[in-house]
Amino acid sequence: MADSALHEPGLALHVEDLTVAYRDAPVLWDIDLDIPPGVMAAVVGPNGAGKSTLIKAVLGLVRPVAGHVRLFGRRCGDVRRRVGYVPQRSSVDWDFPASVRDVVTMGLYGEVGWLRRPGRSHRARAMAALEQVGMQDYAERQISQLSGGQQQRVFLARALVQEADIYFLDEPMAGVDAPTEAAIVGLLKGLCDAGRTIVVVHHDLQTVTRYFDWLVLLNRRVIAQGPVAGTYTAANLRATYGGQVVLLDAAEG
Amino acid sequence: MIAAVFDSIPAMIVLTGVLVGLSGALLGSFLVLRGSAMLTDAISHSIVLGIILVWLATSQLSGPVQVVGAGLAGLATVILSEVLGRSRLVRMDAAIGLVFPAMFALGVLLISLYARDVHIDVETVLLGEIGFVWLHTVPLWGAEVPVTVLTLSAMLAINLAFVLALWKELKLSIFDPGLAAALGLAPVAVGYGLLALTSATAVAAFDAVGAVLFIAFVIVPPATAFLLTRRLAVMVVLAAAVAVVSVLSGYQLARLWDVSIAGMMATMTGVFFAAALVAAPADGLLAQALRRRTQRLDADCAALVAHLATHAGTPAMAEESTMRALVDHLRWPDARARAVVLRGLDRGLIRRDGSGLVLSPKGDAMARALLAG
Repeated sequence: MADSALHEPGLALHVEDLTVAYRDAPVLWDIDLDIPPGVMAAVVGPNGAGKSTLIKAVLGLVRPVAGHVRLFGRRCGDVRRRVGYVPQRSSVDWDFPASVRDVVTMGLYGEVGWLRRPGRSHRARAMAALEQVGMQDYAERQISQLSGGQQQRVFLARALVQEADIYFLDEPMAGVDAPTEAAIVGLLKGLCDAGRTIVVVHHDLQTVTRYFDWLVLLNRRVIAQGPVAGTYTAANLRATYGGQVVLLDAAEG
Repeated sequence: MIAAVFDSIPAMIVLTGVLVGLSGALLGSFLVLRGSAMLTDAISHSIVLGIILVWLATSQLSGPVQVVGAGLAGLATVILSEVLGRSRLVRMDAAIGLVFPAMFALGVLLISLYARDVHIDVETVLLGEIGFVWLHTVPLWGAEVPVTVLTLSAMLAINLAFVLALWKELKLSIFDPGLAAALGLAPVAVGYGLLALTSATAVAAFDAVGAVLFIAFVIVPPATAFLLTRRLAVMVVLAAAVAVVSVLSGYQLARLWDVSIAGMMATMTGVFFAAALVAAPADGLLAQALRRRTQRLDADCAALVAHLATHAGTPAMAEESTMRALVDHLRWPDARARAVVLRGLDRGLIRRDGSGLVLSPKGDAMARALLAG
């Protein structure tokens, strides 16, 4: 297969035979994963299942031992502009000297390009994204003064401003208050309705059926994947969590 | 006129200090934010080995060859430390601590073996001698310009160009390396660029301030600025200002007390840091103590309001609302009780009623909110 040829262009995300190891110990085993465009997908699994690692491998932030990844049929490096990424909130130092608007504008740095400064149009787009998450009044606030929920909204705005076709979010609902969670889900659903693909690392089994329409159950391997209705079953959840989980309403799912 | 400036020894000493301070503040602001202060320490020590190796190979003690060659030694420390740290056999900070003393020690050994008779000795290596920068000059535009001043000016220009050109790349790769990589902005390369320039600047500054004092110029002014602002551009400018003021005041005091000039300049950076630590408007120790005191007073105030509200309208009110009751029942020392009452009066929550205290309408509303919630 030539490098330039499209491979599975009909899928938003196509992962084949992906194995990732941190120092010889595989974290992800032979992942085969397909996510169609336009779905809102949850990646769910116990701690240490390799959820964040999967996203980092897809984005090319960690080097896999084997396998390959395609986004819209292309290598990640060729579609950077079409990919949005929201890392875990705790992965950055919020004491860093930057304003809310600075952080949102960072989402455009790839588009602005090397050695160039963001211009007026970039700043305007950053403001528009802040408005979408209801944080426009905080544009000039220093990020060290934000609450956890506000930090998450800022991170979301930074992804929105990229106007990407596929978004990867790592635990965006971790440690935020209920109104923020509702706002985030509403925004993501809006993006999804507009034809974007959303992939969320999620930790709360109770809300999976309410928020998502696609589900990937992960525990170092892919346990099950597909539309939520057929995937969110007691048997699959037990296989994923090894019986450590109280299966709430799984049977209904 | 220009020649007169370059002929003035004090002007050359101060200019050298200012150049080191400005370069240090520019790079140091990003190094401090990146958490690379320890790595800077390692770099500034291990260039000693680079300097002596370059001298053994080329007999040059300054100039571009030496800046690049010895700068590579600093970068080698960074790479060796990271390789050792990534092996997970030792922690990252220990890895740094293992690599640079070995390189520094080797440098010192080589100096004592081969360089006994030249002007390079262990004391110069550590502290430099800014007072003698004017000894080694080259003619330029009809003036005798110290070589150190030329080298440091060139480094400052390069550092300034680097920081201005890569401002947003530096910002993002330090704040969120993951996103920087996802956007294709090569955060690892940007980080190495920053450390490479730190190495080269350390070599250029070496004659003037030595390996140890260089760290003071890179770390202390930016750390001071970080206490005073949470805006990156303001932080860099403030760091530069602290560095320049430290150089000027350090020089004056060194002359006054006849002590090491570079040592006094570095001491002044420490003095300004200490001042900021105590007196910074938002994050300083004084501001924090004041804020804690206000918070405690307000908490006490809330307790007083709740106490008065609980007993309001009861027969015991007359007794419970006196200053005596606050001391006896609430177990507040006299001074604390008086301070709380004063605070309550200031905030309009309570008022005097004969020998007792009663809630004002505002205090009443606060009590209802407190006791309801």
